[in-house]
This record gives sequence, structure tokens and C-alpha cells, in this order.
Amino acid sequence: MTATATVPPPVRPAPRGGRGRPARSPHRALLGLAGVATFLCLLELLPRTGLVNSRFLPPFSDMAEALGERAGTGEFWRALGDTLTTWSIGLGIALAAGVVIGMLIGSVRVLRETTASVIEFLRPIPSVALIPLAVLMYGTGREATLLLVIYAAFWQILLQVLAGVQDVDPVARDTARSYRFRFLTEVTRLVWPTTLPYAVVGFRLAASVALILTVTGELIIGTPGLGRLIAVAQTSGAVASMYALVIVTGLLGVAVNLLARLVERRVLRWHPSVRQESAS
Amino acid sequence: MTTATDRPATATRMLSVRGLHKVYESAGRPTEAIRDLTFDIAAGEMVCIVGPSGAGKTTLLRCIAGLLPPTGGDISLEGRPVAGPPKGMAVVFQDYARSLFPWLTVAQNVELPLREKRLPKAERHRLVERSLEAVGLADVPRSYPWQLSGGMQQRVAIARAVAYEPHILMMDEPFAAVDAQTRADLEDLVRDLWHRLGITLLFVTHDIDEAIYLGRRVLVLSGRPTVIMEDVAVDLPDERDQLGTRNLPRFGELRAHVYELVQKAKRGHRPENEPDAGASGAVGKEFPA
Repeated sequence: MTATATVPPPVRPAPRGGRGRPARSPHRALLGLAGVATFLCLLELLPRTGLVNSRFLPPFSDMAEALGERAGTGEFWRALGDTLTTWSIGLGIALAAGVVIGMLIGSVRVLRETTASVIEFLRPIPSVALIPLAVLMYGTGREATLLLVIYAAFWQILLQVLAGVQDVDPVARDTARSYRFRFLTEVTRLVWPTTLPYAVVGFRLAASVALILTVTGELIIGTPGLGRLIAVAQTSGAVASMYALVIVTGLLGVAVNLLARLVERRVLRWHPSVRQESAS
Repeated sequence: MTTATDRPATATRMLSVRGLHKVYESAGRPTEAIRDLTFDIAAGEMVCIVGPSGAGKTTLLRCIAGLLPPTGGDISLEGRPVAGPPKGMAVVFQDYARSLFPWLTVAQNVELPLREKRLPKAERHRLVERSLEAVGLADVPRSYPWQLSGGMQQRVAIARAVAYEPHILMMDEPFAAVDAQTRADLEDLVRDLWHRLGITLLFVTHDIDEAIYLGRRVLVLSGRPTVIMEDVAVDLPDERDQLGTRNLPRFGELRAHVYELVQKAKRGHRPENEPDAGASGAVGKEFPA
């Protein structure tokens, strides 16, 4: 849970003048597939050869079979839908709040300086430490898990946005001032586009953290979703089924990351980390 | 050497700088950047400012542009005192890559200040098209600045300034980062725009040849703390071209004269009649050079 407990320092989106990511060669893709295949083989062989007790780690084929069974039930799909709903609502609220509050605090020096120490205090509080509070306030409803998700994701975005607002180029700012841009124009046409790459990195970090906290909430508080199914599978001794669900959450994590990357590439067409062609 | 003051003062005054004084306060240790600058620029003039590096050329320009508050003295543009970026002024910065917004296309970059001026759409499009054409970039409105070469990017910045229809255009070492070929082209472009648009141009450079080739007047600045070494009138024919003008004997004389002044300035030489009029007590104070 340490990953969700502390927020890393703001990530500078990309070095200026950097070329696009190196092209993914078929060679590399093959190596990646080979890695996955090896991992799955080990997962199958270790329990079968008795090196690992199959009570705790059933062979992969059992997991796959359990997953197939699960996928045939409406319960599984409802749980998946619940998890995705909690995740997206929480992430959405955290994103909106983080961007608006970050832009506001970042643009006003007095606010920035007065809130700095409060943020430094609140930020490292592990979201899971709020579980008792969440349960007190909302019982085992979705809101309880949402509270954790929003709390954890919000800091990721806020910190990135704060860093982004500070990164406005002085020459660009002089340009805006010399053309007598109004405050609102400066915010929407200069500060926001400068902040956007940071906000997108924040979004990507927050998306993963939000998923972790969604599953955590379901697992511990018992709000409906994949996490609760995992807990139920565990208590009823359906080990293969439990692993199958864990695999699903892992795949969800991969999908979330891919989605975030896609958003990044679309939104930041012009950014040095994404753009393809350059004459200079 | 004739000075600008010999010229009949028929033209109206565009810019007036009186006793400009600028001290930077950093970490409690004041640095006197500009000691005392007084000069006028008439409407429609083309004035170049040269001086050794660190002579406070950019500081001067930022003060005039209203981007930096002076410590003392008065600056007025078209009769109005400058407090903050004035209307009717455009600035072309040296660092075009940072001055243009990479998230906007070329046309959008040029258009943005016009939107800020609340011009109607048709008028904006006309100005964008015309100014891009004027700088020879009519074919790339939908490209992004970073897809263009350095020289082309600076052309975009010039187009943006021209479309804004300023009365005074200020350029801060605009060609310092482009190659020599492009530089010559851009110099001719600036001369051409100045002729066609009838604007006032203030051009800051460290390049003596460039200053003489472009200017009708060259203000030579001393080293820090800055005063004016000499106000040199460039009595070259108005029609200039890279090869012919630069080979004129008079061009060589002017270059030698300005070169000497800049060398003197580098050695810490100050004009004999260091201005005292209009300067406050701060002038008497000694600051570490």
C-alpha cells in the first residue's frame, strides 16, 4: 500500500527538444511476448511439479478455467461494472478538483505560500488510514470507497498542476504581457496549455492510484465490486477463482494505463514528448 | 560625426526617454544596470541600439516595453507615460522558440493578439493572411512553429508583431540565434517592412554591422552602469542592399567609428560629459562594476 501512501514529487513531462518515443520494433514486441509466455509457463509448472503448494498457487490453467466460469456469470460483470464506476467517478472528481484548485492556488502567490505547508502535511497521509473515517461517514456504501479514491488521486493531480502553473516560460509570459493579454486570456491561452502536460502526467498517475484504492475499498470495506468478489472467493476457499479475479484487476490496471497514454498522445500533439516531425 | 540632434525636428516624437535609471535589487546587493539614459525617437525612425554585452540593452528595451519598472526617470510613448505594456507597441524577442506558443499553429499564433484586441473575425483573417504573406510564409499557416526552421519561426514572430499593427516595433536581438544567410534575409525583410508600413522601429543588437546596415541612427551604449556613448547618425543612402551598402566606403567609416566606441566602452571608457543633468543623487553613489 506504500505506493498509494506517498505521492512522488512532480514529474517533469518531457525534456524539451526530445524526439518522439523510439519506434516499437517487432523484435521488441516479440521479446515482450516471450517474457509473458515464460511467466505463464512458470505459473503452470511450479505448482504442477510440487515446488509450490498448489493449495496456495494453483496452476495457471486452473486460474484460466475459473476465470472462464466467472465470466459466464452476471455477478462478475456487475462487479466489474461497479469497480469501473467507482474508479471513474472518483478519478473524475479528483481530476476536476485537482485542476481547478491547482490552477487557483498556483496562480495566486499568497494562496500558494499559505497552503504549501498544509498540503505538505495532508499529502503524505495514506488514503487507507481514512478507512475508519470513511466507514463511519458512509457505512459500506460506494461513497466510502469514493472518499479513499478521491483523496488519493486528488494529490497526484494537484501537485502536478501546481508544478505546471509554475513552469510558464518567462519569455512567453513577456510576450503575453506585451500584447496586453487579459488575465483570463493569459490563464486559458498560456498558463493552462503549459500546465496541461503536467496535468496529463498527474492524470496517468492518479488513474492507477484510483484503481488501487477502488479495489482496496471493495476488499476491506466491502463496497460492491471486484475487490469484494476477491474477498468472498478467499473466505470460501476458491483459490483459483481468487487468482482469476486478481488477474482481472491486473489487466484492468494495464488497460487504464493504456487509456491514459492514449489521452496523453491526443491532448499533447504539440508537446516535444509526443510530436513526430520537426524541421530543426 | 554628425549627431541626430543636428537633424531638423520636423517629425513628431514617438518615444521619449528622460533620465532613465535602473537598479536591480538582488539579495540586498544593488546592481546599477542603467545610470542615466536620455534620448528621443521620432515617429517613423529606425534606431538601432548597440553596446558591449551586459550593457543593459535588454534592460532598456524591457523598461520601454513596460515589462520592467524603472528605478527612476520617465519614459513616454506617443505622449503617454509608460506604466505597463503600452498600446500600439509590439515586441519581437530574441528567443522565438519560447515566444511562440507551441500548442498553436502559425496562423493561430499570429491571430491570438488580434483576438485580444477584439477585432472582428474577417478583419483578423485578413491581417493574418497579409502579414504572413509579408514575411514570406503564406504557405504554412496550418503548420506548428516547431515544424519550421529557426529563421521561419522568427518570421512568424515578426508576422505576429506586424499583424498587430503597432506604431512602434521593438526587436531584442531578434537574429542572434539564426544563421548568417537567414540573418541577411531577415535584415532585408525588416528594412522592407519598415519602409512599407511606416512604423517606428527600435532594434537592439550586439552586431555593429547589422546596426549600421539597418539603422538611420545608432545609439552606442557604454558598459554598465549604462549611459549613451554616442548617438551616431547613419548617413547612408536609404536604398540598401547587402552587397552594395556594406561595400560603401562610408559604411566602412561608420563601422570603424562604432567599433571603436564599443571597444572603448568595453574597456570601461565613459563619455567625457557624463550626464549629470536630471540625474538624482543615486548617480553619485559608487556601485561595484
